[in-house]
This record gives sequence, structure tokens and C-alpha cells, in this order.
Amino acid sequence: MTEPAITPDLIDAHGLKPDEYERILEIIGREPTFTELGIFSAMWNEHCSYKSSKKWLRTLPTEGPQVICGPGENAGVVDIGDRQAVIFKMESHNHPSYIEPYQGAATGVGGILRDVFTMGARPIAAMNSLSFGEPDHPKTRQLVHGVVEGIGGYGNCFGVPTVGGEVRFDAAYNGNCLVNAFAAGLVDSDKIYYSEASGVGMPVVYLGAKTGRDGVGGATMASAEFDESIDEKRPTVQVGDPFTEKRLMEATLELMATGAVISIQDMGAAGLTCSAVEMGDKGGLGVKLQLDAVPQREDGMTAYEMMLSESQERMLMVLRPEREAEARAVFEKWDLDFAIVGETLPEDRFLVMHGNETKADLPLATLSGSAPEYDRPWVETPAVEPLNDEDVPQIDPIDGLKALISSPNYAGKAWIYEQYDTMVMADTVRTPGFGAGITRVHGTDKLLAFTSDVTPRYVKANPQMGGRQAVAEAYRNLTAAGAKPLASTDNLNFGNPEKPEIMGQFVGAIKGIGEAVAALDMPIVSGNVSLYNETDGQAILPTPTIAAIGLIEHEDKAILGTAREGHVALLIGESTGHMGQSALLAEVFNRVEGDAPAVDLAAEKRNGDFIRDNHAWITACLDLSDGGLALAAFEMAEASGVGVQIDTDNTMELFGEDQARYLVACNFDQAEALMLAAGRAGVPIASVGKFTGTDVAFAGSAVPLEELSEIFQGSFAESFG
Amino acid sequence: MKAAVIVFPGSNCDRDLKVALERAGADVTMVWHKDTELPRGIDLVAVPGGFSFGDYLRCGAIAANSPICRSLVAHVERGGFALGICNGFQVLTETGLLPGALRRNENLKYICKPVGLRVEACETAYLAGYAAGQEITVPIAHHDGNYYVDDAKLAQLQGEGRIAFTYLDNPNGSVADIAGVVSRNRRVLGMMPHPERMAEPAHGGTDGKAMFDGLMSQMALA
Repeated sequence: MTEPAITPDLIDAHGLKPDEYERILEIIGREPTFTELGIFSAMWNEHCSYKSSKKWLRTLPTEGPQVICGPGENAGVVDIGDRQAVIFKMESHNHPSYIEPYQGAATGVGGILRDVFTMGARPIAAMNSLSFGEPDHPKTRQLVHGVVEGIGGYGNCFGVPTVGGEVRFDAAYNGNCLVNAFAAGLVDSDKIYYSEASGVGMPVVYLGAKTGRDGVGGATMASAEFDESIDEKRPTVQVGDPFTEKRLMEATLELMATGAVISIQDMGAAGLTCSAVEMGDKGGLGVKLQLDAVPQREDGMTAYEMMLSESQERMLMVLRPEREAEARAVFEKWDLDFAIVGETLPEDRFLVMHGNETKADLPLATLSGSAPEYDRPWVETPAVEPLNDEDVPQIDPIDGLKALISSPNYAGKAWIYEQYDTMVMADTVRTPGFGAGITRVHGTDKLLAFTSDVTPRYVKANPQMGGRQAVAEAYRNLTAAGAKPLASTDNLNFGNPEKPEIMGQFVGAIKGIGEAVAALDMPIVSGNVSLYNETDGQAILPTPTIAAIGLIEHEDKAILGTAREGHVALLIGESTGHMGQSALLAEVFNRVEGDAPAVDLAAEKRNGDFIRDNHAWITACLDLSDGGLALAAFEMAEASGVGVQIDTDNTMELFGEDQARYLVACNFDQAEALMLAAGRAGVPIASVGKFTGTDVAFAGSAVPLEELSEIFQGSFAESFG
Repeated sequence: MKAAVIVFPGSNCDRDLKVALERAGADVTMVWHKDTELPRGIDLVAVPGGFSFGDYLRCGAIAANSPICRSLVAHVERGGFALGICNGFQVLTETGLLPGALRRNENLKYICKPVGLRVEACETAYLAGYAAGQEITVPIAHHDGNYYVDDAKLAQLQGEGRIAFTYLDNPNGSVADIAGVVSRNRRVLGMMPHPERMAEPAHGGTDGKAMFDGLMSQMALA
């Protein structure tokens, strides 16, 4: 079949800038073929090459004694002791989910699960961080339903428990929803698989589902802004098949156990192209592909289509040739395609053959390593005017609380997470809804805690503090369960990086994240960048999602209790009544004003260590974040089924969002012990009330807990059910 | 007791069920769906939850036609015990070993949450660990758990005391709040809730454990 001629329009349609095309000419010394142009565009798009972000990502702390493998592989790996490791990552599927919510979200889950089991780990937990437009925007309802069903449809069938996540609504996401999917898997530390190929003339094997035309050019689409032509992009979204993915996982893990696998790479963005180039490049080898051998779902597929297809549930592997029969038998057992589609070459060459024709013949290392890297111009986000205390409106605390918990942002999210299987694998210790999700390491007394956090309004007002705060909140959520935070994965969602102010948000947030993960010893071990989240020039709120995992070495150290009648309510950490960018101001008064709260990392560390060191005195614990003390006190009462009496009705004390704070419930003797320990550790602590009765009360203002519970439990379903 | 857990390619509660049976003291063998024979001397065949063959069409329909299900039917015809949980229940109805069918949940959504169940007055070894009328909490996790039988069959099930569990607050639209039923010889139990997910203190409760323990105690007597 003759390929189209290379024209400026064609180059532009591939998302390549004129100077990038010049660079291609320079590298290969001739005009590329159509297939080669497609390959370059796949490798060089923002999604695959990180060309705008690389310079800044390099500044993030990625190391620590607990880190077995940092960024650069399919996912990050951390040590959890006893020769076991957790492999995890978060990745966005924003653009596809906006175009086709069910399949976009489903394949986002599929992609991240594949990243985890490609490295030899069985997935044991999933989370998702979702950002939608205003609740009453005409598109929001359909997106919420589609995305939630897509996540459930994939994860439930695959058989991984969804143990946590977050959901937010803001007008800034009206034209660009965010779907960030996280997965973590468990592996023996000596059985981790990497993508580095080795050995010349080794068979390159294609595994899994057949290749179709779905998703051709998906990664390029994900690297562009949206406009009204978006519906035309629907064919670039892939279709997921969780049943095939489940079989692919079982077959892959079974095959790895035989020792036949040299290296393995899943086919994610830009499918066959990225996976083949990555394996060759890591191993310093060339790769030859013979496309006729690729299992195909449709007739007449071209080399271009096969190289760029993003059909799901596929893997590429370099196999020990003497083990081929064994490997084939495993895949036949699971009724999956298994085909030798190429071999490793000694020279630096990426050779793609279709029939007798050479469709691409490129220098492999250069193709992989020479993606353009930009030092995009950026401007620092101007400092915002701090909020004056006199500008803080006073509100009856019950009214304020009711307004918050009836908003989809702060209402209970059972309507969402009850659509996810949160308990499959029978190791879930805490399902979503209250702080970090917790699972048991199968067959041990160890627990793992999972959380995902970011407060985009903080990041917008003050990218550096907002970046810090996302990490600090993750740290606190893990800590409140008694876990020691181990490491993080960052999913950086921003607007168009070609705009200096957007790039400034990115640079600021990275700076804050870097400071925080260094101070709190939560190195970034994997991550993903999603840029160009803009529609018609309107950018999303800067949303650097931080997902993190923590370890509880023995279940006895977990803080999993609930408050009981007569328990003391203790507030750990310093309160100044910081109302700038608070949930109360934004949600109730529609005022997005002031600076983000300052994050004192030393205080975070000190207070977090205090909670862990004194877990024996703490029955229940919750971190304070959006909605401050008032919302935390209510949530703890709600989870416990016992009322709470907080001694103040001051708006700033109740709804301020100062950081490094926790609410603790414990009995009187424990409270005394904690007070003494806090004095020794220099940790601010105060008794702010007690858990008692059936009302939620702030000084003289009271309401039955049951009334609030009904609002909290019912309002989300009322809006979206 | 010797138990076999059938593994379909899309089963995902197979390990969970194995663990729960083993904790109750059973000797458990995993059996692949392409196998044609059950291991010798099996007392109980357990069909686990999951999505047997993806369940893109009718849940459990393809699984019911897999080679191992012929052996399962023969095992039951010989008077053997069989337990189907969730997708396993769907498979048992598709094989005809249990009456009725599981339709889409009334709200057309997947539902995963702990639910209250009543243990009905139903003479079967599976309920030996409970008192009739006892209320227990066990999670459900399904998209198609809406049990249907016609009126005549329902009257028969009720008349023969073959309803094992009912929902206290019907989550899925099931006829007569039915969450689990037994076969005429009371040796086959199908249920949508997952007792294996409420079988250890770490699960937040042990109401499901009593089912496995009770069954074991009865099998030991037999």
C-alpha cells in the first residue's frame, strides 16, 4: 500500500512543530516515511516525551533507603520489609475520559494495572482522583456517571479492590475533567521485572489481545488542547476489556514464575512503538519488528496503524528462546494471543517490516533519547493578597457545616464508592470514606495505607505552598491511620505549558512538592504529567495529585478505632484561624480569596511522628484539611455514631484550614498521657471538646447528628443519583 | 472435609474462598475450568465470585457450559455438596442446579457494601452455625444479583423451606428479598453475599465465618 506524501499539513496533524520536523530531517538525513512520521510523533508528543516537564521533574527527590526503583520504569518500587515490595503509580486518562467517559476511565484503570503487573506484581489496591466541572453544568452528570461506571466496570471485573480516592467539582474543570488512576501491587523483592532487553537475536514476543484500529494517535490527541471539534476525536479513545486484562495478568505472572522472561513492557500510549523502542533503548540494543506476525483484529491494517494503535491489554516481551514452548503453553492456557513479532538486533536500529517492505528504519537510541526538551518560559505566580481577618464573615457553625456537607465536594461519596468492589481479595481493612484506605499484606500482620490528595485552589493561589500541601495532606492521611509514609507518586495535571503563567504554576508546584517529599521522606518513585488540560483557552485549576503509600509494620500499630461516648476531642497542631482559600469561603460564600495556608514542614514531621509514636493512646484520628475542625469533628462523629460537643463557635477556629493538624479521640487517661507526651515533644495540643450524646454542638449551637448524617449521606445521591 | 474451588479465567474470589475454607479446616484443591474431572474424594465443590468469562452476556452462562461443570453436575447428582457465591450462584442457576435467575440490580448499578441478612428457617448443613432468624452482616458485591423466580416456584421454595438467607433491606430488587437458596436435597447453596469477606476480625466482622465453620462441623458428623 502506498503511504501518503509528507506535507506541512500532515506534519501539523501529527502535532509536530516545524522546528521539530527539521530535527527529524537532521537525525535521519532524509524525508521520513509516513510510518516513520507517525513513530516520531508518538515518541515526541508531550504525553510520551515529557518534553516540557523533564527539566523540572529532574529536580524532584526520588531516592531513599526504602526505594528499590524510582521513576523511569513502568512504576516505582518500594521496600516493605520481609523481602516484599510494593509497586505503584498514578496516571491520568483525562482527555479520553472527557471524550468517552466510560471507556476513557476504564482504560485508564486498565493501563495503570498493566504498569504494575508488567513489573511482576499482583495488583492489590486501586484508587482514583477525579475532578469534574460544576455539579449543575450540563456535561457533569454524564461524566460522573460514565467515569464512575467505567472505573467500576474495569476494576471490579479485573478483581482489584478500590480502597480510596477523591472527587472534586469546580467550574474550572467544566471543559476538562480529570481522571487520575492509581494502582499498587505486591511482589517479592527478588522477583521484580524491568523493561531492559538483553541479548542479541532474542525473540520479541507479542502477548495479549489483538491489535485493532482503536486509539490510533491517542497519545498525540492527549497532548493537544480541546476545541469544539472534540466529538470527532472519539475514535482515538481505546476500548477496554477487563476480562482479557485479568487473563493477561494471570498469564504474565505465571510466565514470569517459569523464569522465561528476560524483559517485558506493556503497550500503553503509542503501543507497539513505545514499548519496542523502550526495551531496546534500555538494553542498548536494536529491535526488528515483522508486522505480518502481529495478531490483528481487523483486515488490511497498515504498518502506520499497527505501530500507533493503542488497543488495550497487550504486552511486549523479550523471551529466552529455549523457553518458547513453555511460554506459549501458558498463554494458550489462558486463551491469549502469543506471537513472535521480531528480534533484538546488535546495532542501534529500529527496523519495521511489513511484507517485504521496510516501513521504518530509524536509529533507535536517537529516536528514544532525542525527543526535544523545552525550557519553557515561565513567570512566577504573583503573590496574592492575604485575607484580612476583618473580611472573614461570621456564620453560625451549624449553618456553615450544613452548607459544606450538602455540597458534592464535601458530602459523603458512598454513591460513588459503593459502585466499586472495595473488598475483593478479602484483605481490605478499611474501605473508602474515612481517611486513608487500608489493606492487609496477604498472609501477614502488615498493613498498607493508601491516600490521594491535592487542594487545587491552594495550588492556584500559591503553587509552591499548594504543592507542599498536597504532599503534607497525603502524609497526614497516612499518619492518622498509624502508618509510616513510604513514598509517593505524582500525577501533575496542568493547562497549556506554552503559556508562561501555566508553566509558572507547574514550576512552583514542583518546587513545593520537592521540598515536602524531601522533608517528609516520601520520595517520588513514579508519576505522570498531563498538560494541555484546556478547552477554548480555559485552563483547569493546577492539580498536582499526590498519591502515597504508608506501611503499618504490625496491625497492632494501626489507628482504626472510632470515637466513643465520653471520649475527649484533642486537637494536635497549631491553629491560627487561616481562612484564605478555605472551603467555607469558597463553597458557602463563593469567595475564592486570600493566600493558601502556609505549610511548615518541620511541624508536619514533628506532629506526624508524635501521632505514630503515641498510637497506643489514640483510639481514633483524622487529619484536618478542607473545612477545618468543624468538618473533621463532624466526620469523626458521623463515623462513630456518637455526638460531639466542641467548645467554640468561632468561625475562624472552626473552619480555618491551618496545616499540620489532627483531631484525636481517646479516653480521659489516654488524653492525659498524650498531653504529657506532647509537652515533651513540643507538639501543640489542646482539648477542644468531647464526644458525647446525640448532637453535634459548637458551643451553644447544636443539631442532632442524625440530621447532619442524613444530609451527608444523602446529598450526593440526590444531586447525581 | 475435602473441597474443590473451581477457577474460571475471570474468577477473582477464588483465593478468598480458598482461604476461608482452609481457615475452617477444609483441605482445598483449586480446579481449572478446562479440567474434565474433579479430584477424587471431593465432598464440596465451591464456585467462587468474579466474572467467570467476562460476563459480558448473561453472567455465568458460558461458565455453566465449561467442561468442569459437567463434573460439577455429576457430583451433585451423586449427592455431593456444592456452594456458589455471587458469580458462583449465577453459574449454579445457569447449570440448572438451583432454580431462578439473577437479573440486573434494580438500580442498574454495581453495589458493593455490607448488608444485613436474616438466616431463614432452612434445614441445611450450611446454616448449622446460625440460629434460625439470626440477623447477620455480610457484604454484597455484584451488578446482577436481583434474584428472580416466578410465583409458583417462589411458593414452592417457601413451602419447602429452601430460602436460606433474605435481605433485611433489599438492595437489588430480589423477589421476596431472597439472598440465597438451597437445592431440594439441601446440599447445594447459592447466595449473592460474600461470607468469605466477613470471616476474620480484620474484615470488620466474622458473621460469614460461622457458615464455613457450621458446614465443617456438619461434614465432620456425616
